[in-house]
Amino acid sequence: MRIHCPFCGERDAQEFITLGQATGSRPDPASADAPEAFHDYLHLRDNPRGASTEHWYHAAGCRSWLRVTRDTVTHQVTATELVAR
Amino acid sequence: MSAGGSTRVAAGGLIDRDRRLGFSFDGRGYVGCAGDTLASALLANGVALIGRSFKYHRPRGILTAGAEEPNALVTLGEGARAAPNTRATTVELHDGLVARSQNRFPSLRWDVMSAASCFSPLLRAGFYYKTFMWPAGFWEKVYEPLIRRAAGLGRASGLNDPDHYDAAYAHCDVLIIGAGPAGLMAAIAAGQTGARVLLCEQDFVLGGTLNAETLRVGDGSAMQWVTRCASAMRDLDNVTVMTRTVVFAGYDGRSYAAVEGLTDHHDAAPGCVRQRLWRIVAAQTIVATGSVERPIGFGNNDRPGVMLASAVRTYLHRFGVRAGERACIFTTTDSGWRCALDLAASGGQVAAVIDARPRVSERLLQAARQRDVPFYLDTQVRGVTGHQHVRRVYLDGPGAIRRLDVDLLAVSGGWNPLLALTSHLGHRPKWEPAISAFVPDALPPALRVAGSVTGQPELHGCLTQGAQAGRDAAEAAGFGRSSVMAPPVQEEDCTAAPLWRSRRARRKVFVDPQNDVTDSDVELAHAEGLRSLEHFKRYTTHGMATDQGKTSGIIGQALFAQCLGQPLAAVGVPIARPPVVPVAIGVIAGSHRGRDYRPTRRTAGHAWAQSQGAQFVEAGEWLRAQWFPQAADRDWFASVARETAAVRRTAGVCDVSTLGKIDLQGSDAGEFLDRIYINTFSTLPVGKARYGVMLREDGFVLDDGTTARLAEHHYLMTTTTANAGRVMQHLQFCHQVLWPTLDVQLTSVTEHWAQYAVAGPRAREVLERLVDEPGRIRHEAFPFLSATTLTVNGGLPARLFRISFSGELGYELAVPARQGQVMLEAIAKAGREYGLIPYGTEALSTLRIEKGHVAGNEINGHTTARDLGLGRMMSSKKDFIGAVLARRPALVDPHRPALVGLQPVRPADRLRGGAHLLRPGVALTPQADEGYVTSVAFSPAMQSWIGLGLLRNGPQRHGESIRVWDPVRSGDFEARIGPPIFVDPSGQRVHG
Repeated sequence: MRIHCPFCGERDAQEFITLGQATGSRPDPASADAPEAFHDYLHLRDNPRGASTEHWYHAAGCRSWLRVTRDTVTHQVTATELVAR
Repeated sequence: MSAGGSTRVAAGGLIDRDRRLGFSFDGRGYVGCAGDTLASALLANGVALIGRSFKYHRPRGILTAGAEEPNALVTLGEGARAAPNTRATTVELHDGLVARSQNRFPSLRWDVMSAASCFSPLLRAGFYYKTFMWPAGFWEKVYEPLIRRAAGLGRASGLNDPDHYDAAYAHCDVLIIGAGPAGLMAAIAAGQTGARVLLCEQDFVLGGTLNAETLRVGDGSAMQWVTRCASAMRDLDNVTVMTRTVVFAGYDGRSYAAVEGLTDHHDAAPGCVRQRLWRIVAAQTIVATGSVERPIGFGNNDRPGVMLASAVRTYLHRFGVRAGERACIFTTTDSGWRCALDLAASGGQVAAVIDARPRVSERLLQAARQRDVPFYLDTQVRGVTGHQHVRRVYLDGPGAIRRLDVDLLAVSGGWNPLLALTSHLGHRPKWEPAISAFVPDALPPALRVAGSVTGQPELHGCLTQGAQAGRDAAEAAGFGRSSVMAPPVQEEDCTAAPLWRSRRARRKVFVDPQNDVTDSDVELAHAEGLRSLEHFKRYTTHGMATDQGKTSGIIGQALFAQCLGQPLAAVGVPIARPPVVPVAIGVIAGSHRGRDYRPTRRTAGHAWAQSQGAQFVEAGEWLRAQWFPQAADRDWFASVARETAAVRRTAGVCDVSTLGKIDLQGSDAGEFLDRIYINTFSTLPVGKARYGVMLREDGFVLDDGTTARLAEHHYLMTTTTANAGRVMQHLQFCHQVLWPTLDVQLTSVTEHWAQYAVAGPRAREVLERLVDEPGRIRHEAFPFLSATTLTVNGGLPARLFRISFSGELGYELAVPARQGQVMLEAIAKAGREYGLIPYGTEALSTLRIEKGHVAGNEINGHTTARDLGLGRMMSSKKDFIGAVLARRPALVDPHRPALVGLQPVRPADRLRGGAHLLRPGVALTPQADEGYVTSVAFSPAMQSWIGLGLLRNGPQRHGESIRVWDPVRSGDFEARIGPPIFVDPSGQRVHG
């Protein structure tokens, strides 16, 4: 698999570490339902057939965290962007 | 020697008859020519019997002239370099080559195990599920060893592979796989546009089937056209041609894997790279892998002397070898007739062309009559006989003729496209009725097919497709439109009709000769209820040998489809998986073997430690000094005790450079650290250091270490050696994903600084000799947990931290890594008069266990800060990673196993890590297990083994006894539970 790092260009997937699906933002720790919200945030993931947006870390490159949209059937990467813009 | 009548003809072919190469097969010497394969050289010497089959030990010869060979497998080379199951048809002959036949005893011709054929009913498909089952105990002890010895092909040498393997990347605009007619044409067309073209050919010559072609291409012979293409490509700088390079897999992202043979074709000097693994990334790819001929099922179709008609032509035209004295051709294709005509033209005897089809083009019949080649239409071969080689062919047809005496039966049953590379990403081929074979259908992105792999039977069609694909691929890769067109080619007959098995075939008909699968195995599998092609394949092992059923696999599938009463088109083909041809595991591993499995990292002070006689230990990728043996030390145990005691009594120096170091700068660095650590760092004064613990978001401890504040907006974090990379990744995630607005920059500086712990009551005196302004580090000026930048050794910039892992007065001195060795030598010199000694990781560990400091044994992914006695550090005034989920009920359960100190009641009892902790007197059950020992050491201070452990309700049980049970190493004794601190409980020494 090849991933286009917006910073380094197209690189082999071996240079990256994936954290899995990019979920929503970190919940508010002060909210009443924080334990449940954190549980969902940390553990619950969809398992889509088709497009999936994931967090990938360019560990052997620029150390950027990327948001990568990948087709889980074909492994085709359709979009990559820096998470922090 | 053999019953084969194959001989070298006087002239022709791509061999050099003047360059004679000596080689041996089964210990006997032969001579071949430069340009030969092992197979062609053996045929030239009249050797037809090459090996014995997998299960039935049947005699086997040479069926093909290429990588698809199922039968002619040999062990190449000797000793540790012996390569079993090598296809003789692909081995390039070199002087001194040594090959042996396989799976025979005592010799190839007199093989006692060939009696296995008599027991073949016991060895049918799935026999290991059914026969040899009783008595039950016999399988493991008797049957399996016997069957294992009898079955199988070559044996691995069992020795370490002494060869070197290399790996490389290649990037190109157009990758062309296969240098046959279509591949060559594509390379010329794409190359003309300036695109970077990479042409990979598994053979050692270019041209593919053109080297066995008699049709005229352009204004010359086919071989002349190949030569012209080769020289045209040499003139183009942008075209790279790699022979002996097989592309064996296609992957996502337009990536391909290939193996290039470098030394297998000559006697290389030791130390040369044998093979190279290429990872090729191509903007566009053209698969021009061609097709292979398939045989026809008839009785004893595996006998030496039965050969594919295309292989007969290849041996004749490319290698100048006539594969038999008197040949019969059994065909359902027009190309089979051309084999007969070529043999006759070369002066060979052709007994007859047997064509199963009732009608054949008048042009072919005319040509046969001209050459005096008899032919019989609507006729089939029922089988052949002959002990170790074909002697007689039995016919079944309308004519009176019933048998022919020949020594070569050339078979042509149609063509199978070599489409595996198009289906590695899961794309299924489709049935093409015109050629009765599967052809590529949907294709992976940026991949084209050209030539006979598409099912195109005609040479001119293949060339035209190649030119088209080359033009299109270059254009798709962003280059101009090429004007290259295919050369004209003589017209040819190329019709074919399928025949899977002769209608009155005798036994046995092999549908997978390499795995000894017969037509009756196919029928048996169906009779036993197997209905899915994938199940059938696994039950019979059909197509699962190293040739992956490239030649006759489709016959087995067709017979299975007949059993099912369905068309083959509906039954489909099994999924093709990499590798396309067998690949040595050594080339996949490359240089990542043994010590080179991963890089070895040495600290800046490594050479100094070596000069002190250090024993090293692997800590992740790092090598760290474990202890420093001295002549007087009885054993390593004594060395560690001596080093530990010296640190408590005088002073020691330890290389701690491997700890991870992360530099944090920015106006929000303090705030960022507050969100990372369970305790607070924004309030840390400049010039101070603090111990910190960080959690994972799920509430368990991730790592610990000391972080110092060097300036208002500048912190330096240390991590454990093992977690340095992981913590960096975690911090980057928190910064970039969670809090991108925080003003903080993270830089890994682990390699930039060499860092040395100087610990012990005399540590300050040692350092005062080194620091340029000793007054700055006096106790009052530089108390415990101070951190500063200063200079040492007369101007060398350094960082000094007054921190302690040992519980003694301690410092860590960091200098630029390049100065590490110099600094270490200076410390040792300055410390000599104070009794300073170097100490290793074992003493470091003993010192920290005596003080109850947790390390990787305790921070094991299952422990919370509370479990480790660090719960009070958790701030309740702020949010931090893991704060919410660390409050989960199960994680704050007061009964959770928590950190305790352990000391055996009898000092001689040896504590061991991993031992179970149980209440004395209770039954030994898993339910009674209350915890386990995490770290142990022999404490010179206590003159006893001591340990740390995690124990249920541990902190409430100080003073109680606990049973320490170690069933693996026979330990069973009582220990006293206490606080996890053994030396200087009040902590006065660090403030000394």
